[in-house]
Amino acid sequence: MAATVDTVERVESITADKYKYGFVTDIEMESAPIGLSEDIVRFISAKKEEPQWMLDWRLTAYRHWLTMEEPNWAKIGYEPIDYQQTYFFAAPKQKVAPKSLDEVDPELLRTYEKLGIPLKEQEMLAGVVGVAVDAVFDSVSVATTFRAKLEEAGVIFMPISEAIQKHPDLVKKYMGSVVPTTDNYFAALNCAVFTDGSFVYVPKGVHCPMELSTYFRINAQNTGQFERTLIIADDDAYVSYLEGCTAPMRDENQLHAAVVELVLHENAEIKYSTVQNWYPGDEEGKGGIYNFVTKRAKCAGANSKVSWTQVETGSAVTWKYPSCILQGDNSQGEFYSIAITNNMQQADTGTKMIHIGKNTRSRIISKGISAGKAQNTYRGLVKALPRASNARNFTQCDSLLIGDKCGAHTVPYIEISNSTARIEHEATTSKVSEDQLFYCRQRGIPEEEALALIVNGFCKEVLQELPMEFAVEAQKLVAISLEGSVG
Amino acid sequence: MLKISNLHAAIESVNKPILKGVDLEIGTGEIHAIMGPNGSGKSTLSYVLSGRDGYEVTGGSVDFAGQDLMDMEPEERAAAGLFLAFQYPVEIPGVQTMTFLRTALNEIKKARGEKEIDAVGFLKFVREKCKSLNISDDMMRRAVNVGFSGGEKKRNETLQMAVLEPKLAILDETDSGLDIDALRVVADGVNALRSENRSMLVITHYQRLLDYIVPDKVHVMANGRIVKSGGKELALELEEHGYAQYEAA
Repeated sequence: MAATVDTVERVESITADKYKYGFVTDIEMESAPIGLSEDIVRFISAKKEEPQWMLDWRLTAYRHWLTMEEPNWAKIGYEPIDYQQTYFFAAPKQKVAPKSLDEVDPELLRTYEKLGIPLKEQEMLAGVVGVAVDAVFDSVSVATTFRAKLEEAGVIFMPISEAIQKHPDLVKKYMGSVVPTTDNYFAALNCAVFTDGSFVYVPKGVHCPMELSTYFRINAQNTGQFERTLIIADDDAYVSYLEGCTAPMRDENQLHAAVVELVLHENAEIKYSTVQNWYPGDEEGKGGIYNFVTKRAKCAGANSKVSWTQVETGSAVTWKYPSCILQGDNSQGEFYSIAITNNMQQADTGTKMIHIGKNTRSRIISKGISAGKAQNTYRGLVKALPRASNARNFTQCDSLLIGDKCGAHTVPYIEISNSTARIEHEATTSKVSEDQLFYCRQRGIPEEEALALIVNGFCKEVLQELPMEFAVEAQKLVAISLEGSVG
Repeated sequence: MLKISNLHAAIESVNKPILKGVDLEIGTGEIHAIMGPNGSGKSTLSYVLSGRDGYEVTGGSVDFAGQDLMDMEPEERAAAGLFLAFQYPVEIPGVQTMTFLRTALNEIKKARGEKEIDAVGFLKFVREKCKSLNISDDMMRRAVNVGFSGGEKKRNETLQMAVLEPKLAILDETDSGLDIDALRVVADGVNALRSENRSMLVITHYQRLLDYIVPDKVHVMANGRIVKSGGKELALELEEHGYAQYEAA
């Protein structure tokens, strides 16, 4: 279905401005004091009125983080992050938590409207399928739609800060079970200072009746966003979830260090899609988001299936490897990725497929596009443990270069400890050729539209994995993020 | 329709002159053929007329339906009604031929200030075109030229011409890489598109294409110039005597 999304409509609707999400919302905020310390961790926990166990968990992570060093193995270069010059908590000021949308600050509602994210349910219903949205603004969730409808089906969809209060048993059981507090530098930091994010629980046998999505917005200056998402699909459950991200244009860099954990029980399926469009910085590489994200899914139950689909067009620096732990027998992991870097952007992204159970299967399709002076690296690990009899992996990594000042790199790691495993890796690197551009132009298609057409064709296998509503948006994004890269 | 006057052009990167004073005039609805040996400048002429990068026009002028062609971008020339059927059609992986063609048609319409065509309308329009050219419309669902045989690629060029309805079509070595059966199919397609409002410039190395697409006039090109012009019988004469007499000149 998504494959038939029409290019012409896409080209027509490309707006002239390059980063249309770069505006700032003027709203009264409250922040934690600048910098990071145990007191800040306590401050955040207190702001969220968290139980003691949650604070203890945060402090353990924080103390461990202090002993760790920032990783430097990725092919990215950036100015050192000064954690003492970053705000770790910023929230729109409101006296009482809004109980319904009517109580949400209208300025916030306008912000989401401007971003194309309607929060009013009746407006959403105009579409064929509704999408439930959790809107996270800096450090807090400001609205979650369609909760009542989801509750009827037994699906829990709420800000994680609320889940800590209302469903402590589920949170205690699953949080950190996929990405432990000690996992890596940025994950440990997130564990200590995470502020909000989404929590989803789909009970046994429930097919979630609508798409769930979270829309992350960084607004405040010098503020890091540390969101945490936890999705649990119980036996025979199904959910499709998507997330979108934008931020204002600012000259200084901002840190985004998220953790996403997915847990799948027997026969469960989760489709997780991301359209990441954080502010990428200007043409000289000034400003932009540092995007250091840990995403991991655990296919704990037999026959479970997870798929990660990502369209990464934003951020000055991206460091991200959505992974699948294929523990249950016959479980499947998929990773579909489009990473576009233009101007001075850098991306080091890929996946890890860890085959533990028997007959586990994984599939990796990565499309990297570089333009300007950007550097784009695919880094992926495929690992089969001794018990993973008949594990199967297929990997395809394609890189597309636009111009002659950018770079594309492919770094596959393959570690196989079972002789019955079968691993395939294919990689190609190509350039958008003069011939292709001229052919399009001779048919009447101007250069930038021609490039968008060619690049969308290159990404097709991944674009068609996205939910319909997002596929159109993603195609536009592909075109917009490459503006100015030819001629 | 087309008036080329004393056109000079060179390959930019090596500063090598290829066209050394081409004069040619094609009236509305006329079909002209340019024949000539390899390296005479035939393909360069088609690229210079369509505006490909890498060629520098060093003198002369080209008037196309009252417009200064050399002053226009390639897509503007297309919108003005100039079409080039490529000698080697280019593959665009992942882009459906249907999408490609509809994008092209709508960009042209947009440039002309006409109303664009929607997906349903286009589908109907293109099916009729396929039918009239005897082309199976499953080609429309495949990626542009990807995995096409030589014959299919040339048929696709013909179909594109039918959809874009140009005022002037330049056919660059349309016969290259085709066996005799495929050649006949493509020629039938081209003939079906002959019209009193459409001019064509057929560039070819061999006479045999002109058995199927019969021109009004034939020109011989050698060393970057038109050295002889005549009626369709000139092609037969060339077939018999070869190009040697012109190359020496």
